[in-house]
Amino acid sequence: MSDFTSNFWNLYIAILTIAGIIFCIWLLVAVGKREQKSSDSSHVWDGDLTELNNQLPGWWRWMFWGLLIFSIGYLVYFPGLGSFKGTGDWTQIKQFDEEMTALQAKTKPTYDSYLAMAAEDLSKNKNAMETAGRIFSNECARCHGSDAGGGAGFPSLKSGDAMSWGGDVAAIKQSITEGRTGVMTPMGEAVGGAPGVKAVVAYMRSLSGLSHDEGLMAQGGKLFEDNCAACHGADGKGVKEMGAPNLTDNIWVYGGSEAAMTKVVELGKNSNLAQGDFAMPAYKGVLSQAQIHLLTAYVWGKSHK
Amino acid sequence: MSESPADTEVKKQKLFAARRKLYPRFAQGTFQNWRVALVAFSQIVYFVLPWLMWGDRQAWLLDLPARKFYLFGVVLWPQDIIYLTALLIISAYSLFLFTAIAGRVWCGYACPQTVYTELLMWIERAIEGNRNARMKLDAAPWSASKVGKKTLKHVLWLIFALWTGITFVGYFTPIRELVASLPFGLSGWEVFWILFCTGFVYFFTGWMREQVCKYMCPYARFQSAMFDRDTLIITYDATRGEPRGARGRKADLTEAKLGHCVDCSVCVQVCPTGIDIRNGLQYECIGCAACVDGCDEVMKKMNYPLGLIRYTTENALASGYSKKEVWRRVFRPRTLIYMAILVAIIVAVAASLWSRNTLKVDVLRDRGVMAREASPGVIENIYQLQIMNTEERAHRFVIEVSGLPGIEVGEVEQPVTVDGASGRSVPLAARFTLPQEGYKDGMYPIVFTIRAEDDEALRREEKSTFMVPRN
Repeated sequence: MSDFTSNFWNLYIAILTIAGIIFCIWLLVAVGKREQKSSDSSHVWDGDLTELNNQLPGWWRWMFWGLLIFSIGYLVYFPGLGSFKGTGDWTQIKQFDEEMTALQAKTKPTYDSYLAMAAEDLSKNKNAMETAGRIFSNECARCHGSDAGGGAGFPSLKSGDAMSWGGDVAAIKQSITEGRTGVMTPMGEAVGGAPGVKAVVAYMRSLSGLSHDEGLMAQGGKLFEDNCAACHGADGKGVKEMGAPNLTDNIWVYGGSEAAMTKVVELGKNSNLAQGDFAMPAYKGVLSQAQIHLLTAYVWGKSHK
Repeated sequence: MSESPADTEVKKQKLFAARRKLYPRFAQGTFQNWRVALVAFSQIVYFVLPWLMWGDRQAWLLDLPARKFYLFGVVLWPQDIIYLTALLIISAYSLFLFTAIAGRVWCGYACPQTVYTELLMWIERAIEGNRNARMKLDAAPWSASKVGKKTLKHVLWLIFALWTGITFVGYFTPIRELVASLPFGLSGWEVFWILFCTGFVYFFTGWMREQVCKYMCPYARFQSAMFDRDTLIITYDATRGEPRGARGRKADLTEAKLGHCVDCSVCVQVCPTGIDIRNGLQYECIGCAACVDGCDEVMKKMNYPLGLIRYTTENALASGYSKKEVWRRVFRPRTLIYMAILVAIIVAVAASLWSRNTLKVDVLRDRGVMAREASPGVIENIYQLQIMNTEERAHRFVIEVSGLPGIEVGEVEQPVTVDGASGRSVPLAARFTLPQEGYKDGMYPIVFTIRAEDDEALRREEKSTFMVPRN
């Protein structure tokens, strides 16, 4: 009711509605009392077709009375008359909740049977995976893509390596349930400004076998050891517990070009969600335990054919 | 309404006329034979069609829950709704054409209201006899024989109506299963529609009869818009018939100053809507030609020429056209234009049905993920291909993409098997490797080609776009 900040509009609607009903009752009574006679309206067509001003047939008038009684009953029972809530205590939300509860009761046995299965087995169950595919389309595809192959800034779920928090069942389930926020701090200053960043990028590219400047690489390797290895590991293979991605597998969620890498090293990632950084949201309040289990199996299955 | 009556008189009048029960007399003749033939044809089709099989399914099944219409070898999907539109257009133009040529032939020979009234009247006549016997029976006091006859009639009516209702539902749910699950295995909706149709036939054609045509059917009211003065209508030749009057068979007409109408009122007795055709064209006339048959019988007995009441046009009556002239005027610009449009639509629909591609594909581009870098220099766009195989056997489909140099379909299990008369959604990525010198960013048109591995002719090309993102 936030649209109606003053009570005026409630009264406005209620009065108009009641006045309308009273007018209809008056009209029906007045018309019903009128004498049963045909009066010529003096409209004549085709020479002999005269329009008469007859009374409505009785059954027709009784239908109007029926409608009036129905509308009064409706307005008493249901909310409809301005802000009057109705005596029936009915709301859309209540009805929605009832229907959802009924639906959940109906699907519960199926979901329970899925919940009892290990995710690895569930990923081979055709029916379960069809359901999971629909949940994925609704909840996950807008970031990770319909084919689960990821998007710019969102990891592919088709390879266990791309999932920097780990691609095993427990890690996937944790990611969906609680969400993930990995923070990469801005390293521009720590590595000594633009030349340092350039050197680190050269070293990073060498890890994945991409084209790089050999001279800068050695310098970058030193800087990497000092500044980056704490999270990404001395070998650059990442640390799953921290969500620090593997830098040696040529999977670059934020782009594999020199420019893109430079930007990440210099400015970091996820340090400022308000400025367009993203995090994986938690789904524990959105999806049921069984649905999360299904999705876990679905995602796990994508990298374990 | 000749003159407006005085108010005092009007007060005593009822505003709505009560129904006068009709006892149409059975007329034998050419047009009745035509009606029997057409009723037999339509009802044999109606009652037999749902029992025919096509392979291992019902040949003619309108499966609403699955949203598939099976019509012999053709399976129509919701996407084929255009054929329903075409059917409606064809029906409308046929109505225009036939009405312009010969008035309400639909009402007289093919309308379910007429057809089932006819059928229920046959039952009625078999039990209660012809017009006079029925009138006598209704006027007689209640007796065991009257109760027996009436009960038998209504039971037979109801059985027939029930059979009609079961057949109707059998078009929408497999009729063999339906009949096998009678009477307690039916679903609520099946019971509802069977009873609905049963009631429809029983009340509309057993009890309401001509009232449906006169008061409920809109067609009677807008037919005049489709008539013109060259439309064949059932009409009484007043110049030949008047002055009417009874006379002996050998009476000299000139001497007796009489026309050919012997005023026997057979034309009124046979009329299923209870009008007197001698009063001219009336909106109640459903064009059944029972009066033509009835009058001809009398004319034969009197040794007068046939056709005192006949199919002719208003122009012909006014100007005394010969039969040949009347027929020439049937092919007037109005009907020729209707025919041309009708033929054009039928040919177009037939051609479109004949050349129908049974493979349907929708390409839905992912909205969330516009483009991604699979690995440095490799751009992927994601699509969902909705592959619909409307043929009744499974096919294996190969998906290819073209439109950019070296563009290819990413990892997806190929070929994709799609079962008969079903659809499948295939999410996939189109992969484009940027050339060394880079590529201008923007949207590029691409084409997905989906072809059946096992059928050369079965293929479809669908356009989409591919986005190369800014670096």
